Amino acid sequence: MLVIKDLHAKINDKEILKGINLEVKAGEVHAIMGPNGSGKSTLASVLTGRELVEVTHGQVEFNGKNLLEMSPEIRSREGIFLSFQYPVEIPGVSMVNFMKAAVNEHRKYKGLGPLSASDFLKLLRERKELVEIDSALTNRSVNEGFSGGEKKKNEIFQMAMLEPKLAILDETDSGLDIDALRIVANGVNKLKRPDNAVVVITHYQRLLDYIVPDFVHILYNGRIVKSAGKELALELEKKGYDWIKNGEGL
Amino acid sequence: MTQKTTISPREELVSLYLENLDMITEGSPDILNRFREEAIQHFKLLGFPSAKNEKYKYSKIEPLFTKDYEKYFAPKKISFRIEDIFRCDIPELDTHLAVVLNGFYFPNNGLTTKLPNGIIISSLAEAARNYPDIVGKYYNAQAENDTDGLVALNTAFVQDGVFIYVPKGVVEEKPIQLINLLLSTENQLVQYRNLIVVEESAQANVLICDHSLSPMQYLSNVVTEVHVGANASLEMVKMQNEHNDSAQLNHSYIVQERDSHVKTNVLSLHGGFIRNNLKMLLNGEGADAHAYGLYLADRSQHTDNYTYIDHAVPNCSSNELYKGILDDQATGAFFGKILVRQDAQKTQAYQANNNLLLTADAKVSTKPQLEIYADDVKCSHGATVGQIDREALFYMQSRGIGEHEATLLLMFGFAHEVVKQVSIESLRDRLDDLVEKRLRGELSRCNNCPMNCC
Repeated sequence: MLVIKDLHAKINDKEILKGINLEVKAGEVHAIMGPNGSGKSTLASVLTGRELVEVTHGQVEFNGKNLLEMSPEIRSREGIFLSFQYPVEIPGVSMVNFMKAAVNEHRKYKGLGPLSASDFLKLLRERKELVEIDSALTNRSVNEGFSGGEKKKNEIFQMAMLEPKLAILDETDSGLDIDALRIVANGVNKLKRPDNAVVVITHYQRLLDYIVPDFVHILYNGRIVKSAGKELALELEKKGYDWIKNGEGL
Repeated sequence: MTQKTTISPREELVSLYLENLDMITEGSPDILNRFREEAIQHFKLLGFPSAKNEKYKYSKIEPLFTKDYEKYFAPKKISFRIEDIFRCDIPELDTHLAVVLNGFYFPNNGLTTKLPNGIIISSLAEAARNYPDIVGKYYNAQAENDTDGLVALNTAFVQDGVFIYVPKGVVEEKPIQLINLLLSTENQLVQYRNLIVVEESAQANVLICDHSLSPMQYLSNVVTEVHVGANASLEMVKMQNEHNDSAQLNHSYIVQERDSHVKTNVLSLHGGFIRNNLKMLLNGEGADAHAYGLYLADRSQHTDNYTYIDHAVPNCSSNELYKGILDDQATGAFFGKILVRQDAQKTQAYQANNNLLLTADAKVSTKPQLEIYADDVKCSHGATVGQIDREALFYMQSRGIGEHEATLLLMFGFAHEVVKQVSIESLRDRLDDLVEKRLRGELSRCNNCPMNCC
């Protein structure tokens, strides 16, 4: 589904990604872990097309198409979804209108007509229940005045509405208490299907207790320095990142 | 050979007044006539506000008056049925309707409508004859003839307008709608006057809609005086939707007595040149005033809002929010002054002005101003001028919404913060709709008029 080959990228002339290689297949869950500043969020930015990041070398293919040539909205319509580390507040734009616009743009891209108002509301209700998001949140402006936990739940709700092929969760666990963490993780697990994939970016093991990865990759200094099964996350939790930084065990 | 002399628009208007004095005063009630002489003297002295006048710093007024306009001292006979050319298409909006055509009250089964609960909706001139006690008490009580030449000009020439009277204790749920139409085959200067009196413990909703229906050049110089009695409530929504060859000069004065509530919302959707003055005087303790405004301008349109909130007594609150979106080479201005007098302790006054500029050529000047003489008050003001939020745009794009559509949604959201303050739901939804169409660049007509003059 996603094939990243020797990806180099810079932000303001500073090289952050220094040759990433990664393949994600349908049905898989990948975790990308690593210390602060290792390039995790930059990788998420490259995949979703944030202007700030400039790709200097390498390729990214998504279902056989060149992802790097696509605008952010086309990537989304092709099936890429990013759960933001810091979801943006948009005063005056209601969640309902926001999601209606997004769902209908996705439908249009697939050659489908817009959903009727009642079908849309039905979908909205279903997905709200699925991810256990408070009903009142969708009546408000996008993320405006939401708590940290509400914002993250809202990201998963949007994911449920758009049903992406590849979901990238960028530190979705940060700022969540244990109950919210469980709700968010349950939401992601319920949306898991054999034909979609998830990339979880996180510092900590705890989210991976709920969203169990098939592969764990350690990103350090712009490269994936170690890949293994889910046991790697436990090892990291025990040892911290110093052994990686010191070049041990690689 | 005849010698050609050029006279200034000011001199021209003064001589127009003097030469037509008989026609101006004849058939006009004494209440209107008795202020004319003094007003024309003020105008003669003051002239048009110039750029040196701080209040008018961002709008050039005199050039508006150099164009050739017809001026009428009696309604020109136009025979048509109003519903043939104009029908407000807010279907769920059931209102008590008054129409002003080119500055004159358009008869609707006579010049006065009196509702069973005592509410009067009438031609101002007619009301001055029928209800001299009420009109006489409030007419010209607030207008600043001695400091604003435009207001003086209006007082000198005024012939008609609308009078709305809500008697003591009457609560009217149904909005009173005042539609100002401009329709003619020649360019026109119209100067009418509205007087709104909401007595003690009464409640009313007034919706004012301004439309130009024919592609001529129009200049409107309009004064509206509003008196809101103790414990009374008034919500006033003004929607301006005129074409690019129209210019509007609005002067609204509102005085509020004890424990009264007033909410104004001025939505400038379209118009060549718009200048809105709003002066609110909080004159009784416990009064609160809300002033909202939205201006959308593109091409070479100009929109300028001047607000002055006068906290004259203690324990009053005011809240002000004006927002603007300017595209192309449009220019805009907001000058908001809050005065807290020495006695006005425990005042709470807030003001914000936010602007979105869509191009490098669009311009806006914003000047929030607080003048505080009391020491126990809570006041704040702030102004922003910015572009579309790139982070928000990316967020929306990452959900599959194209850049153009996302930008529109953001602008719409920005504008909605003002529209959502309108209390009547059907009107609010329709205004949202009109704002959206306007931002999409579609014709935001709100009537079935056949002219595509916007």
